[in-house]
Amino acid sequence: MSTAASQPSGGPAPRSLIQRLSTLLYTRSRLLLALLLGPPLIWLGLIYLGSLFALLIQSFFYLDGFTGLVVRRFTLATYAQLFTWSNFDIFARTTSMAAAVTVASAILAFPLAYYMARHASPRLKAFLYLAVIMPLWSSYLIRVYSWRLILAKEGILNWVFAELHLSWALDWLLQVPGLEGPSLSYSPVGMFLVFVYVWLPYMILPIQAALERVPRSLLEASGDLGARPGATFRHVTLPLAFPGLVAGSIFTFSLTLGDYIIPSVIGNSSYFIGAVVLSHQGTSGNIPLAAAITVVPIVIMAIYLIIARKLGAFDAL
Amino acid sequence: MRSNARPSDRPPLGLALAALAALLFLHIPFGIILLYTFTTEDAAFTFPPPGLTLQWFGAAWNRLIGTTGSYAACWERGLFPGLYQLFFNLRCQTELWKALGLSLRVASIATAVALVLGTMASAAVYRSQFFGRETVSFLLVLPIALPGIVTGIALRSAMGLMDLPFSFWTIVVGHATFCIVVVYNNVLARFRRTGRSLIEASMDLGANGFQTFRYVVLPTLATALLAGGMLAFALSFDEVIVTTFTAGQQSTLPIWILSQLTRPRDRPVTNVVAVFVVAIMAIPILLAHRLTQESGGTQATGE
Repeated sequence: MSTAASQPSGGPAPRSLIQRLSTLLYTRSRLLLALLLGPPLIWLGLIYLGSLFALLIQSFFYLDGFTGLVVRRFTLATYAQLFTWSNFDIFARTTSMAAAVTVASAILAFPLAYYMARHASPRLKAFLYLAVIMPLWSSYLIRVYSWRLILAKEGILNWVFAELHLSWALDWLLQVPGLEGPSLSYSPVGMFLVFVYVWLPYMILPIQAALERVPRSLLEASGDLGARPGATFRHVTLPLAFPGLVAGSIFTFSLTLGDYIIPSVIGNSSYFIGAVVLSHQGTSGNIPLAAAITVVPIVIMAIYLIIARKLGAFDAL
Repeated sequence: MRSNARPSDRPPLGLALAALAALLFLHIPFGIILLYTFTTEDAAFTFPPPGLTLQWFGAAWNRLIGTTGSYAACWERGLFPGLYQLFFNLRCQTELWKALGLSLRVASIATAVALVLGTMASAAVYRSQFFGRETVSFLLVLPIALPGIVTGIALRSAMGLMDLPFSFWTIVVGHATFCIVVVYNNVLARFRRTGRSLIEASMDLGANGFQTFRYVVLPTLATALLAGGMLAFALSFDEVIVTTFTAGQQSTLPIWILSQLTRPRDRPVTNVVAVFVVAIMAIPILLAHRLTQESGGTQATGE
C-alpha cells in the first residue's frame, strides 16, 4: 500500500499519452467495459457458441455410406437414424443411470454436508472442506482406475464379502436382471458405484453451502413453537436445503450423462451415450450422427435446467 | 436432544457415522492404489497382496526414461531431461515423456489464456452493471456445466466444418475454454472481498488507471490469480473427455493413462504412475486452497 501511495507522481502538469488514455477510460466507462468484456466474449461466443452452432449444423448433414465422406446438404435423415430401438435403449440406460447416481449421491452427501454445516468446529470444518475438494480436483482418471483394483474378482471388495461370509449376497445381486455381470467390475452395479464415487463432491459442496445459509434463528423458532427435531428437519431444514441439493444434482446428472470413460473402464460393454458419440466420430468419421446423438443429452439437460431453475437451484449455485 | 444444535452440540451417532462413511468412501480408493504399487503380483489385483516389493518404482522409472534407444543414450551422455527437452520435444523421448511434455505445454498455454480472459471477464462483471450480465456468467459456466462430450463433439464439429486439422492448438483452445471459469470464479470472489475503497483511494491520491491497476489491483489479486491459475492448470492437466475429440493422434498424459487402463502392459507400473500423478497434483490444489482460504474462496468448479 505504501508503494501505491508514493508511486503516482507528476500531478496534473504534463499529460502523457498514458494519462490521457487513463482519463479517457475513466470518463468513458462503457468503453472500458467493452474493452474488458470484448476478448472473453469473443472467445466464448465465437469459439464455444460457434462450436455448438457447428454441432447443430453438422447434425443436419449426413454421411455418404459409399464414399465415407460427410455430405454438406440439409437433411433430416441423420435424425431419423436416432429413432431405433437400440438407440432408445442407450438413451434410457444412460438417463436412468444418471438419475440413480444423482439420488444415491444426494443420500450419501447429505449427512456429511449436514455434519459440516451444523456440528463441525471451525477447524474440523476446514479440514472436512479440504477432504471433500481434494478428490474433486484430483485426477479423475486415476480415481476411476482405483475402482478397477477394488472391484476386481480377486480384489478387496470380494475379499471383504468372503470374510463376512456374504459372498452369496453378492452373487445374488449380480444375477438380478439388468444388473447382471460376471463380477462387480463388469456389471452396472460397479459402474454405478464408480459414478457415485467420482461425482459425490459435486453434491456435497452445494448442499453444505445451502445448509450454512439456513439461519439458526429459524431452527430455534421452530423448536420454540414446539416442533420436535424431526419435524424441524422435515419442515424447515430440508425445504431450505433443497435448492442446494438440486444445484448439486445438475452436476451429478449432467456429468453422468456425458461420461464415456467409466463405462469403458468399468462395466460390461453395454453402450452409453458418450461411448456411442465417441465411436461414431472416431472410427467411422460419422460426425453428423455423433452430433445428432449429442443433441439428445443437450435437450435432456435443457429440460433439467428449466426444472432446476423453477426449484430455485440457480440461487444456490 | 435439543432441536437447535450449535456447532458444539454432540451430533447424533447415526449422523456422525454416515458422515464418516461418506468421507471414507471418498478417500479409501487412494489408499488402495498406494497399496497395490507394492504388490509382487503383476497380472491380477489379488487382495491381500501375496507379497510386497519396491521393484515397480524402478520399472516405472525405466518406462519414463527408456531402457533402450535414444533417450537412455541421452541420459548417459549427461543430458538431464530437463524442461528444455520436455518443452521442445527432442527426439530422445519415451512415450510417457512425450505425453507428459505435451500435457505440460497445453496446460501452460491454456492457463495463460484463461488467466487473461478470466480476469477481464471478472473485472467487467464486478465493476459495472450492464445488460446481459447474468448471461455472461452463464456463458462462462456453460462449458463445464454441459456434459463433456457436448463440448468435445461441438469443437470437433466446428473443426470438421472448417476442415481444420488436429494440432497442438486445437487441444489448447478446448482446454482454455473450460479453464476460464475457474480463474473467473477465484478473481471475482477476491474482487468482491476487497471492495472498491482501495481503488477509489488510489484514484483520489492521483494515480491514473494504469498505476492503480499496477500498484493496487494487481497486488490484491495476486494470490487469487495464482490460485485460479493453478486450479486451471490442474483442470487442463487432467482433462481427457474433451481432449479425445480435439487431439487426434496426439497423446496427452491422461490419454496415455487411459490407454494403459484399457490395454495394460504391466499393471503395477500404471499404479506407480497413478500414485505420482495424484501426489504431484495435490501440491497445486493444496496451495490454491491455502491462498484462497482467507477469502473463504469458492473454488469448486461449478460454483
